[in-house]
Formats: sequence, C-alpha cells, structure tokens
Amino acid sequence: MRRDLRVFIIGEDVAEAGTPFKVLSGLVRQFGPERVIDSPISEAGIAGIGVGAAMTGMRPVVDIMFGDFVTLIMDQVVNQAAKIHYMSGGKLKVPLVIRTTLGATRRSAAQHSQSLHAWFSHIPGLKVAVPSTPYDAKGLLKSAIRDDNPVIIFEDKLMYQLKGPVPDDDYTIPFGVADIKRAGTDITMVATSSMVQVALAAAGMLEKEGISAEVVDVRTTAPLDKETIVESAKKTSRAIVIDEGYERYGVTAEIAAVIAEGAFYNLDAPVKRMGAMDVPVPFSPALEDLTVPTPESVAEAAKKLCGKP
Amino acid sequence: MPQSRGTRVRARATDTTKADSERLLRFYRQMMKIRLFEEQVNQLYLSAKMPGLAHLYIGQEAVAVGICEALKPDDYITSTHRGHGHCIAKGAAVDRMFAELLGKADGYCRGKGGSMHIADQDTGNLGANAIVGGSAGIATGAAMSAKMRKSGQVAVCFFGEGALGQGLLYETMNMASLWKLPVIYVCENNLYNEYTHYTETTAGKVDARPEAFGIEAETIDGQDVVLVHETALRMVEQARRGDGPSFLLCNTYRYHGHHVGDVDRAYYRPKKEEEEWRTQRDPIQLLTEQLETNKIADDNALATIEGELRGEIEAAVQFALAAPYPDASEVDKHVYA
Ligand SMILES: Cc1ncc(C[n+]2csc(CCOP(=O)(O)OP(=O)(O)O)c2C)c(N)n1
Repeated sequence: MRRDLRVFIIGEDVAEAGTPFKVLSGLVRQFGPERVIDSPISEAGIAGIGVGAAMTGMRPVVDIMFGDFVTLIMDQVVNQAAKIHYMSGGKLKVPLVIRTTLGATRRSAAQHSQSLHAWFSHIPGLKVAVPSTPYDAKGLLKSAIRDDNPVIIFEDKLMYQLKGPVPDDDYTIPFGVADIKRAGTDITMVATSSMVQVALAAAGMLEKEGISAEVVDVRTTAPLDKETIVESAKKTSRAIVIDEGYERYGVTAEIAAVIAEGAFYNLDAPVKRMGAMDVPVPFSPALEDLTVPTPESVAEAAKKLCGKP
Repeated sequence: MPQSRGTRVRARATDTTKADSERLLRFYRQMMKIRLFEEQVNQLYLSAKMPGLAHLYIGQEAVAVGICEALKPDDYITSTHRGHGHCIAKGAAVDRMFAELLGKADGYCRGKGGSMHIADQDTGNLGANAIVGGSAGIATGAAMSAKMRKSGQVAVCFFGEGALGQGLLYETMNMASLWKLPVIYVCENNLYNEYTHYTETTAGKVDARPEAFGIEAETIDGQDVVLVHETALRMVEQARRGDGPSFLLCNTYRYHGHHVGDVDRAYYRPKKEEEEWRTQRDPIQLLTEQLETNKIADDNALATIEGELRGEIEAAVQFALAAPYPDASEVDKHVYA
C-alpha cells in the first residue's frame, strides 16, 4: 500500500476492528479510512465494487471474513472477474485480490469452517493462493496484489496463531512455484495451506520410524506447479496428497491425477488422498476432530504406503 | 439513544384484567429465563466448558418474548447467530439447548449444530443461522408454503440491522409483498454490526426500504415488551388474514460484546452508552416497574419466579455437563435425508 497508491482494502470490520482475527490491526491508522474501508455486510456488493474498481485503474483487496461467505460473491468472481479479460479479447483487466480464510477445528460449525478453495481453482481466469507460513503469506499476497488477474488468497485461520520469520524487505513469491518444505527420500507428501503444517508434523513422526518424508507445499493451486510435484513423486515413488477441502472432486483429486499421469511408471503404490471428510463440519469437538487429517492419521497412511504398518 | 415513534411512557398505571396480569407475568418469566440462560452461557465460556463462541441476547429479551408470545406454537420463526433468546421464547427446553451448546448428543441438533444452529421443529423454530441475512429466504419460503398449504401459519424472520446490507432480504421482501405472504420481518437494531456502528453501514431511512416494496413498517422501542407484543399481535393478525407481510424495526441494545470473547469494547462503543441502556432502558426492569406499579406482583413474588428459574437453569446446565458426546459413528449420519 505504501508502494502503490492504487491499492485499497475493503471489507467488514477491517478498519477500527482490524478484522475479527485482528490481522489488520493498525492498518487504518497508517493509511486512513479512504484506503481501509469498513463496508456494510454486503459481500456481493463489495466483490462487485472490487471488480469495477479493478477494471478502471485501482487495485482493490476485498476482505471476505470467513471463506464460507464466498458463496455470496460467486457471480461477481466467477461470471464477472474471471471472464472479463477473455471476453473483452484481452482489452480489459481485473487486478483484484480477494482475501479470505479456510480451515476447521475452531468449533465454529458448518457455516464457518469450510475450505472452499477448490471451487475457484476450477475456474479458468482465476488464480488461487494457499499460503502455509507467515513468510509465504507475505510474499504471495504481494504477488497477488501486483498481478493483473483476479486472485483469491485463502488464509488458514489457525495460521494466524503461527509465528515465523518474516523479513521486512519487499520480497515476492511467484505463483505456480511449489516449495519443498522438507526434503526426503521415501515418500512425497503434497500439501496445501493448513495441511502443510500437519504434513510436517507427520514427517517428524515418521522420521523416528525410519521413514524419510518429503513435504511439497504447492503454495498456489492455480497455477499448479505440476513439475515439482511429479519430480518429487518420481524420486520417492510414493505419494500422499493432503488438503483441508472436501475430498471428492477436490484439490486432492486434481493433484493425485497429476501424479498418476506424470509419475505412474515410477510409483510403487497408488497415490493416497486425504481431505476433509465429505460432511458438513460438525460443531461437537467429538465429531469435528474426526473430519480433518491429523499428523497421526497422515503418518499412519504414510507407513501403510511404505509397507511398514 | 435512537428516538422511536410510539415510545411508551415508563410504567404507567392502567386497569389490568386477570388475563393481562397473567400475560405480563408470563413475559417476565420468559424474559428472565433468557437472561439467566445467557448468563450461564457466559459462565460456561469463561470456565472453558463450552467449545467455540456464543453471541448473547442479554438486553434484547423484550423483542423475542413480545413477538413469540403473539405466535401460536406451530407458527414459524427463523433466527440468527444471536439466537438463544428467540429459541427460548418460542418454547424450547433449556436443558437440550445447553446440551447443544456443549456439543453433546442430547442437544437439539445432536451436537452437530452448536450455538449458531439450534433448530427445533416442535416449536416451529426453523433454525438459527450463522450467515447474516441467510434466513430471509427460509422465512419467506415458509410463509409461501403456509399460504400454499392454507395452513393459517405465519412466519417471523428475526434479523439484526446488519442484515440490511444483504441483497437477499430485498429480493424476498419484494416477493412477499407481491404475493401477500404471511411473513413478518423483525429487524432488531442493537446499533452495532459486530464492531461497527450501524450508521456507518446503513444509508437513508431503514423503514423506507420495506415501504418501497409496499410493506407497512413500524419503528418501536424494543425494550418495551408490551409495546412489542401489541404491535406484533396486529402484524400477525394482518398476516393471518391474508393481508400480507409487515416490517417491524425494534430499537434495542446488546449489553455484552458481539460474542462472549468480545470484552474490550471501548474502541467501538462508549462505556457510558452501555451504562445508560443497562440502567435506564433495561427491558426486565421496565416490566418490573410496570408489574409493581399495577400491583400485579411485588418484589417477593418476582423473586420467587426468579428463584424457580435459577433452579431450572442450574439443573439444565448439570444435565448438559453430564450428557455424553455423540458417538463417532454419528459423524457421517444426516448428510442426506
Ligand atoms: C454473510 C455474513 N457476513 C458476515 C458475517 C460475520 N458476522 C457475524 S455477525 C455479524 C454482525 C451482524 O450484525 P447484526 O445483523 O446487526 O446482528 P447483531 O450481531 O448485532 O445481533 C457479522 C458481520 C456472517 N456471519 N455472515
């Protein structure tokens, strides 16, 4: 925002409150209410305003508090933002960023816990970033803002508690470049967002059992760095894909297919998918914890794939 | 404090019949039940016995009670994230509500819904809703269904002033007016959408919006349970007659934070304002004055009622704490009917 006066952020309770997650605290004091704008509870409206402002010279960041509320902005993003550049024969551009959240296990029940990034990853014309660390969050957000296309960036709500090194300097992380968060030789774990931390924890557990796991963080689901994923799977000959979205027709399905196509002849076992259970996220802790992959369940699946039950 | 048309003077003495007295005492009992319930919810949160968060209704009791007391058991309501008050006022049992809040198998939704999703078909409660404005369609659809089935039922759509930002409300109000559906839109203006004052998010006059669709709108003091009730009776009667929807704007206030975890509020609303509402506009206090001025009940009688309710609430909490969690096999049940 310091670098580019065209950038502004609009959303519910983004200014004084700094969002309910307090991730924008202090921003309004630095940039003023003209650039950090509290909106009514009108998701479709702010998304639409974002599209129009982006088409005409601004670089809006639209904040959608919970990822579940993207249902309310789908027309503006999917039918408008995603298609305008193409439909106009490349004349119009929509440099729009939508920031929103994903992730369960906060006891927030079915309408505040979903991970819906696969929906946008399905749509040509949109880019989707799913950072897993504070460092990546900054670099990917900067790239998103500087991109001339509509980008949706999903932040894991639990990641807001995560601490990690974030340099002050103006670095960016390119889209479509996966990051090997941990190198290994026996099995590849391809993970997104919240599930990268789960995969890393699982890898730590596996190490004690003599299994060396490589953790590949895709960082953006669209574009997807197929090459890094396939190369890793070829090297280790086994792969698990872990994502917090619903398993069916989801991110895990896409990445598993990429591995199957690209590394089939090098694989020693079928590719394993682990996503959120295909149920609305239940409120009760006794049930909610069963619906998402955990370090334990991932480590167990990895052991099975490696033939070490 | 917002000025309302039709604000009643405090505690005026009136001739009261026995039926009136019983009605007022019932209002008192229901409002007090909501307040004590919510105080316990806060305790459960503070003592880390409740998973997640809850949005307390304390301060707004007169709205839910005044309106639900004008409804029949099989009339419908739809509710919001701040839904415990509506749920109790429509007749739900507090033990099963607490069980739901704790994620227990004996809860109204078997622990699957939690605070923001309690529904109870038996009392006509089609559910709380964690999507702001999300129930405008459900309430209007229930009214359409009642009309098609010629059942004589009406539907009440409760929502906060924050929902005025949602387009769905206007699409459904338009249709409700076009087709004269038996629905009453009840907007509880407690002044804040989360942490932002509603005047920063709401342009023009609120009641001009329904009026633009030809829906009659009234703005009243939502702290006066009798006024809320009398207005609701008229609106319900109109809906049942087939004369279409109405819109009721109740000016009210939530005493606590947006949710139980919202304790440092000074940056978005002054302590003095909170104090004023608590001490001068408390709906239970206003009703108490009325009961006492009219000699319907004295301090002792009211204390007895409160004591009974405390016992009921305490037992309900114990029931919920002791209740089992749902079995793991429940997790993928009820995805499809
Ligand atoms: C569609 C949608 N957007 C945002 C939210 C987050 N949110 C929850 S409650 C709330 C404020 C609601 O204000 P209001 O409707 O006035 O009800 P109150 O909390 O004051 O009772 C917001 C923004 C949500 N639940 N749903």
